[in-house]
Amino acid sequence: MSLADVREAIDQAHHEEWARVVASLTRRFGDLDIAEEAAAEAFATAVGRWPADGVPPNPGAWLTTTANRKAIDRIRRENKRDDKLKEAQLLYDNDPPEPLGAIDDERLRLIFTCCHPALAMETRVALTLRMVAGLTVPEIARAFLVQKTTMEQRITRAKAKIKAARIPYRVPSAEDLPARVSGVLAVLFLVFNEGYLATGPDTDPVRHDLTAEAIRLTRLIRALMPEDGEVAGLLALMVLTEARRTARVSATGELVTLDEQDRGTWDAALIAEGHRLVRERLAARVAPGRYQILAAISAVHTSARDVRDTDWSQVVALYDQLVRLDPSPIIALNRAIAVAELDGPEVALAAVDRLEHKLAGYHAYHATRADLLRRLGHSQKSRAAYDKAIEMAGNTAEIAYLTRRRDQLG
Amino acid sequence: MQYLVSVIDDTAGSATPDEMAAINAFNDRLEAEGHWVFAGGLGSPSSATVIDNRGEEAMFTDGPFLESKEYLAGFWIMEAPDLDVALKLAADGSKACNRKIEVRPFL
Repeated sequence: MSLADVREAIDQAHHEEWARVVASLTRRFGDLDIAEEAAAEAFATAVGRWPADGVPPNPGAWLTTTANRKAIDRIRRENKRDDKLKEAQLLYDNDPPEPLGAIDDERLRLIFTCCHPALAMETRVALTLRMVAGLTVPEIARAFLVQKTTMEQRITRAKAKIKAARIPYRVPSAEDLPARVSGVLAVLFLVFNEGYLATGPDTDPVRHDLTAEAIRLTRLIRALMPEDGEVAGLLALMVLTEARRTARVSATGELVTLDEQDRGTWDAALIAEGHRLVRERLAARVAPGRYQILAAISAVHTSARDVRDTDWSQVVALYDQLVRLDPSPIIALNRAIAVAELDGPEVALAAVDRLEHKLAGYHAYHATRADLLRRLGHSQKSRAAYDKAIEMAGNTAEIAYLTRRRDQLG
Repeated sequence: MQYLVSVIDDTAGSATPDEMAAINAFNDRLEAEGHWVFAGGLGSPSSATVIDNRGEEAMFTDGPFLESKEYLAGFWIMEAPDLDVALKLAADGSKACNRKIEVRPFL
């Protein structure tokens, strides 16, 4: 086995086993901090040993055993002056066999703990990326444009709170489950969106690392909770969006809007997967939640080989359904964009203008107005709206696109 | 595991008779379900005295140690197996006393 093969085996084990190792150690030692550190040490040991010793036949079991040993070492070091009793207990409780189903359940516990509502949203995101996805602290810090030490403190504080306040390590009861699942999905959607429309001035406009991680984690939740409609909906939404990723930014780094994208470059396999999930939810005949409706809208768009084939009445009907569920002004804004295609820009502009008091600080509001005004031939007003949108936008590719559009105005 | 459940207030008034009745009912439930440890309402912050006896002589100062718009109006000490249970109880407590509440674990 070549060194490259070993590296690949370690990467693969990291993707597949990290959350399992952390989860099973957390259950055994009741401490996220010990679990995280021991898991990291086990992977570091693998990097040192596997090239010489070869990849073990069952990498997951090897990593779990090694991590268990590291954790016991640490607890022993810390308990040196404590009674010898605990140490003896650790010695005899060596690696109880765990059926696979139970281990999967452990990962779910880990996710629910990291996404607990008593933690701040940004903390949930950071903790999930560290504990479940296995991203390193510097990677997470880079992803969210904060200092490494700041991110380290955020994660350390979160682990301390989980321990001190005794945030439970378990899957919530059936009665609490829907609310808690939606909390987990919100975390994953946030990670995905930050990847899909990165806000930093110095980052790539599309952060594939984040979108890929969000999809991977959502697939994991889907495998653990296959019956949940919103989990399926969010996964469908993500893959249908990801399918258009390469078409979304031009060679010159400019955002390409849906109507101008080269549909031939869309990822057919991801689109097929997304459509399959949407059909599955339609067949379930259960009232859909917001992710399922958003996925259905995305499915309508990705079903059209040419933008002119888009079934806009279907899109507007889905937005109507979504507005009833989530009357937020941002949904109303997106609905208006579809209305422009169905009933013309004048009707849409009237709807958009009604949102001013709620969305005046949001760049997409001004970008939408600018486009509608341009289509109605109001160049001057359009230019002013583009100026505002450019001033407020954070994504570099979007700024480039808006600037070109503004400069093309007569 | 015990949690300090603090009642945060920003109005000078004490509980209304309706609120008092709801608090009593909630307390009865805490006792019946084994969560009750202690509870009490506090006098207004202006009735507080701060004592500092770290030096040679005890110093007494009129007023609360921290002037703020929001203050501690009362508290529960609850027994709960974990934060999820404590948060649920606190949510019901907030409803009963009609005030904001903070949950904090004892060490």
